[in-house]
Amino acid sequence: MFDTILLLVAQTTVLLTISPFLVGLIRKVKARLQLRRGASVLQPYADLAKLFQKQPVISTTTSWVFTATPYIVFASTLTAGLLVPTFTSQTPVNFAGNIIALVYLLALGTFFLILAGLDSGSPFGGMGSSREAIVASLTEPAMILSIFAIALTAGSTNLSTVVHKTAVLEGIVTDPSPHLMALASLLIVALAETGRVPVDNPATHLELTMIHEAMVLEYSGRYLALLEWAAGLKLAVFLSLIANVFAPWGIATTVTSTAMGIGLLVYVVKTSALAVSIGVIECMFAKLRLFRVTDLLGVAFILALLGLLFFYILRS
Amino acid sequence: MLNLLWLLLGGYVAGILLPLCLQGRPESQRLTSSVAAIVATSAGVALGLFGLTSLEPVTGSLASTIPQLTLAIRLDSLAAFFVFTISLVGLAASIYAIGYLRHFEGQTSITALGSLFNAYLLCMTFVVLANNGFFFLLAWELMSLLSYFLVVTQHQKAEVRYAGLFYVIMTHIGTAFIVVAFLVFFQSAGSFSFEAFRHPGHPLSEGMRTLVFLMTLIGFGTKAGIVPLHVWLPYAHPVAPSHVSAVMSGVMIKTAIYGLIRVYFDFFGGQFPWWWGFTVLFLGATSALLGVMYALMEHDLKRLLAFHSVENIGIILLGIGAGMIFQSYGLKELAALGLLAGLYHTINHALFKALLFLGAGSLLYATQTRNMEEYGGLLRRMPWTGFFFLIGAVSIAALPPTNGFVSEWLVFQTLFLSFQIPTVFLKLMLPIAAAILALTGVLALACFAKAFGIAFLAQPRSTHARHAEEVPVPMRMGMGILATLCVALGIAPMVVPLLDRVIASLAGISIASKVLAIDGWALAPVNVEFSSLSTPVLALLLVVSAILGWGLAVALGGRLTTRRSKSWGCGITLTPRMEYTATGFVQPIKRVFSTIYQPTVKLETEFLAESRYFAKRRHFEFHIEPIFEKYLYDPLVAFFGTMADRLKVIQGGNLHLYLTYIFVTLIALLLLAV
Repeated sequence: MFDTILLLVAQTTVLLTISPFLVGLIRKVKARLQLRRGASVLQPYADLAKLFQKQPVISTTTSWVFTATPYIVFASTLTAGLLVPTFTSQTPVNFAGNIIALVYLLALGTFFLILAGLDSGSPFGGMGSSREAIVASLTEPAMILSIFAIALTAGSTNLSTVVHKTAVLEGIVTDPSPHLMALASLLIVALAETGRVPVDNPATHLELTMIHEAMVLEYSGRYLALLEWAAGLKLAVFLSLIANVFAPWGIATTVTSTAMGIGLLVYVVKTSALAVSIGVIECMFAKLRLFRVTDLLGVAFILALLGLLFFYILRS
Repeated sequence: MLNLLWLLLGGYVAGILLPLCLQGRPESQRLTSSVAAIVATSAGVALGLFGLTSLEPVTGSLASTIPQLTLAIRLDSLAAFFVFTISLVGLAASIYAIGYLRHFEGQTSITALGSLFNAYLLCMTFVVLANNGFFFLLAWELMSLLSYFLVVTQHQKAEVRYAGLFYVIMTHIGTAFIVVAFLVFFQSAGSFSFEAFRHPGHPLSEGMRTLVFLMTLIGFGTKAGIVPLHVWLPYAHPVAPSHVSAVMSGVMIKTAIYGLIRVYFDFFGGQFPWWWGFTVLFLGATSALLGVMYALMEHDLKRLLAFHSVENIGIILLGIGAGMIFQSYGLKELAALGLLAGLYHTINHALFKALLFLGAGSLLYATQTRNMEEYGGLLRRMPWTGFFFLIGAVSIAALPPTNGFVSEWLVFQTLFLSFQIPTVFLKLMLPIAAAILALTGVLALACFAKAFGIAFLAQPRSTHARHAEEVPVPMRMGMGILATLCVALGIAPMVVPLLDRVIASLAGISIASKVLAIDGWALAPVNVEFSSLSTPVLALLLVVSAILGWGLAVALGGRLTTRRSKSWGCGITLTPRMEYTATGFVQPIKRVFSTIYQPTVKLETEFLAESRYFAKRRHFEFHIEPIFEKYLYDPLVAFFGTMADRLKVIQGGNLHLYLTYIFVTLIALLLLAV
């Protein structure tokens, strides 16, 4: 029991600590590729600290849903994060939920963000909410199918079990093709869910292009800080998911301090590498028009479906 | 048990008679009919629980003078589950009615409304209790007719009369199919008793079994609202009084689910080919997806909810269909899991859909309109209704920590476990069904974000909404009970052992010990290794994380002081007209799925005579192609119209002529018998 709580606290701390770093790292990579020096990778921490101290301004048209949303989004994203293995495959609350629970916890946050966008009563908020609804609708089926394709190989839909089995029994991955397709699919999903180019642009406040930023436009002060942190957490959740499901190497499979230490180090390296590649992708592609995004997400869905099909064909 | 049954009967009969005796005193009619219904439904809840916990089915019967008709009842666990669900929703609706019926005083007869409502609930209870085919059909038909009368409560409006007509025709077509199925049973069993249906003298041939399958699927499917037989729901549910809509949509359509399970798993004993299950699964997936897609385009709140019933019946059928497929391959545990998922969703949908319909009724009560575009900002005017509606919305969108999430999760697990089926085709089809379910789930999320966001948030969009007032206490209580249950069943899935009894009697295997892992703290469908879900832990984590977020904010930012100011509108003062509308909100979805919607947009502009740069008036309308009505029902209606015209030839209007017809038919039948 004590161990479980200790691990829970450790995982929470790791997730909360690493998420602003990953955001900062992506910004730094983008800046460097655009031949700018860019802010320090630690800038997001300073941003959060400053935002927490600012006095929030709340719109007069809003209700309690608006002020409750940041806490709900933060809580649902963090809870989702606790279901994903990070530095150890012995995730303490692994039994509490599988991939479906993860997807629906994230959906809970999305639901309230959409409501908050509408609550502001401004066309910007509504626009963001409306777009978020269509993007979310198209990403989630692809996400569920792609993880399922991998879950079949490991014989489990609980993420830690999948990762643990893959890490311990090396060579369980006998069919690379379903995995590669699922990986490609999940990468697209991750870009869409975390509001990255080419689906959304986190660096813009231009009303014609923004999705996530439009929904949170009315937020300020500590509410904005919580939402920014939650957005960072969501990024960390997806990067951990991809890193550990597809490359579980180095993850701590036993509860010893050495293994944990190595696991933590490897985890930081892996997620950072993924963050760098997201930065590169953001620089290489232009943002897609909203109605072209659906094609991209359709591709993600088809890839996941093909992964599943390949699995059955190769196995039978 | 007998006492409870008498209390239930007595309550309903009092509820039918008292309003008739108290003519001209609407106040006492309103109270007596509702209180009687509360007593009867409470007895029903107890009766259901009793039936679910008792080991042996309880039977009883009364002979009647009509041949083949015995008023036989049997309270087995399946019947008890449905009695429980019906009574629970009926209870909340009856409490709600105490306040809500005031809305109708002076407009329409409270006598009819009160008496019919009680009679309707009574018949529905006997539909699931009946143990005789004839009795079942009698109760079924009465239930349909009584609900028709309730639907046309406000018959002064042409819209209501049309909806009623549509409903009564559809439901009778459905009943006709069920009658055929029961006659086939009767032919081989020699009796209408359900016992005889279970163990017929000479078993049905393969062809006859298929006939029964198709007839019951169409017959019960019409009542359930399976696509393409769903067309009556969006007509009938919106025009009925809201507490009636709640019962119709929450539980009446579930009696069809009861019928399907009764026939396939009880009468046929779970012996059927795989394609039966696949057909049910396919129809379920289609209904789920199309139901939610049409719901998204609706701006009449009650029509939107009616389409969501189609969606949720689809989800229930996904669970049951998958269970049937597993059953036909002898995978008993998984079959039981499929049934568990289906039945769990049945009670969940009953709770949250009734809650949402009661919420819609409260909005109608407060604003006199069903059009969502005229709501807005109601959360501040009606905080209780808003809060309960939000819980209902979160539940129907299947988000944790509410009940909709648990049952949808179980359906997902059932579909994922398809890899144990030996056929590759089905192995692949079930995950695709899961993907469809995922899409359905998110679209439902979008739809209820729209419904709640447009109706309750931002600024009021009309004077009605600006002057809306919170509804009376009984109405809030009715909603509150359901909202509490939605959260309770989402956090503590304590119904699983009770549902397991139902399933054990149907699938012949008990899975409660396997599904409830970690001392009942987690659900683990069949195999804890494959997947598990602990809703209490998730709920706890959510609360702790929210407190952590708050704690971090306090630790890093100190005491909270806020300032209120206008929303940013680029320097313009925002008015309600600038808010996103429900139509605007779903525009991207409409565009992406235009193949299904086939939208037609009409924009007419009248320009000023002086210049074409200034518009005098603009007229905009858009329509969704009602595919099923246009390509399926309209041709059918036209066909029957033409046939009727042709048949007019033999209609002379002369009594002697008709007597001759009867005589000739009789002779023909006698000759045929010889």
